[in-house]
Amino acid sequence: MNAIAATGIVYRRQLRQNLRNPVWIIIGLAQPILYLVLFGPLLKPLAAHLGTTNAYTFFVPGLLLQLGLFGALFAGFGLVSEWREGVVEAERVTPAPRTTLLLGRVLRDVSLVGVQSVILIALAFAFGLRGSIGGMLLGVVITMLLGGACSAASYALALSTKSEDALAPILNSIALPVMLLSGIMLPISTATGAPQWLVVVSNVIPTKYIVNGLRTSFTGDVFTGPTMWAVFWAVVFVIAGLWIGTRTFRRDA
Amino acid sequence: MIHARGLARTFDTRRGRERVQVEAVKGVDLDVEAGEIVGFLGPNGAGKTTTLRMLTTLLTPTHGTATVAGHDLKSDPVGVRRSIGYVSQSGSTAMSGVKAGEEIVDHGAMYGLDRARVEARGRELFEQLDLDGLWQREPKTLSGGQRRRLDIAMGLVHDPGLVFLDEPTTGLDPQARANLWTHIAALRDRLGTTVFLTTHYLDEADALCDRVLVIDHGEIVASDTPDALKRQVAGDLIELVLGDPSHVSLAAQQLARITSDAATDVNGGVVSGRVASAGTELPGLLRSLDAAGVALASIEVRRPTLDDVFLTMTGRSLRDA
Repeated sequence: MNAIAATGIVYRRQLRQNLRNPVWIIIGLAQPILYLVLFGPLLKPLAAHLGTTNAYTFFVPGLLLQLGLFGALFAGFGLVSEWREGVVEAERVTPAPRTTLLLGRVLRDVSLVGVQSVILIALAFAFGLRGSIGGMLLGVVITMLLGGACSAASYALALSTKSEDALAPILNSIALPVMLLSGIMLPISTATGAPQWLVVVSNVIPTKYIVNGLRTSFTGDVFTGPTMWAVFWAVVFVIAGLWIGTRTFRRDA
Repeated sequence: MIHARGLARTFDTRRGRERVQVEAVKGVDLDVEAGEIVGFLGPNGAGKTTTLRMLTTLLTPTHGTATVAGHDLKSDPVGVRRSIGYVSQSGSTAMSGVKAGEEIVDHGAMYGLDRARVEARGRELFEQLDLDGLWQREPKTLSGGQRRRLDIAMGLVHDPGLVFLDEPTTGLDPQARANLWTHIAALRDRLGTTVFLTTHYLDEADALCDRVLVIDHGEIVASDTPDALKRQVAGDLIELVLGDPSHVSLAAQQLARITSDAATDVNGGVVSGRVASAGTELPGLLRSLDAAGVALASIEVRRPTLDDVFLTMTGRSLRDA
């Protein structure tokens, strides 16, 4: 069984299931949209303080990170229930390479994150986002990469624990601090008055560089250092996520 | 069809702080010929499912070798997967967001089969398994029996020569079980499919299987036809339920005169023992009990069952195990 064909079958099946029940896609979007609508306007008067002319080029990248991180990290929950239904075992006894069971699902999540990102950016335009369209597209791609990495890692964790009760605390204890330390709401920088220790702690969180890169990219500085760092870290995450995921899916489950 | 030698699987677990190795399957030798329906019988935790998962490539054996459907388990797992069908205990389709027919077609496609061909085969299987009209249904709207038959259809869509069924009738009502038995028997009779099924129901093994393998504590303790296994248990069981429990020893004395090696079992007000043939011994027994003044509340005669076989082999009843 050819790997690309098998990945395609898994992808199609997963996507069809999502499209039939799009409520989860909408719920995934609800959180960032609420932030955009209810919190975004508060940042408008602070634009100068944030070091930007358009507060949304600062704020929307943070929401994209939230989308890529949160949405995809919780993909593992779906896999646990698929395991319980016997779907995963039924797929594992077919001659399709086991890696394709992961890849089809990850690609589905990447697609969903892509669509959600575009919707979010389009909505942000209505609220006053202005900036470089090309840079925003790059931002969507980086978000998709991050989403792919997170969903692969989440599936690996789901397949090794096979329990929502184990998954929920692990994912929550990772996702929330990572998001806060990435500075998605406000910049974590001594220039804007953040305490030194917080800056030091946040500097070791790679997703901070992804958010910073997205911000420069949104304003049009696509080929600058921060943006390249964002691309670099997104690629590193994808490689790491797929490596862990592949290893787990090839093992006995 | 299946030839396994010394198949074993150990799991590492923790008991408190301590790391313990649990031998789920200790070294199983088994042979299944083409066209057989073989039942793998044992209590929960005996190693049935672990053995099945090894034979279906879902679990790597710690030791041992096996050839399944002509392919070596270790060197050619994909070859094994291509040639077998597996119907797990937990089902095989999603419950919602999918249609029964789609699940069949997608599953068949993962064997590299052409979608149109799989759909034709799937619809044929739906008809044979009394699932007509359910192609477009969401699996969660099906009854338990229908869902199990849908799982079986899924396991058969690529026409495997060997099918593994893990506890196929667990959780079904008696009618649905009997119905499923006819379908499983038909697999072999109509298609020549070899069937390997696990069960902890003795009547199921009895009704369905050409041969029964009994597994206990990770080892195979018996392998024969259900009838031959039952013949190993000496005779019919007579149970005397006494009207007056104080007559226990009197009743046991009378019963011991006709039982094999004069053995009787006393359990509260119930005295039981095995006799070569209950039909010929019963009238005499009743007369002698009467003469001894023993009043009976009731009398029960049981032909040997696979449960008795299990009891004889392991010293435990399958129900308590």
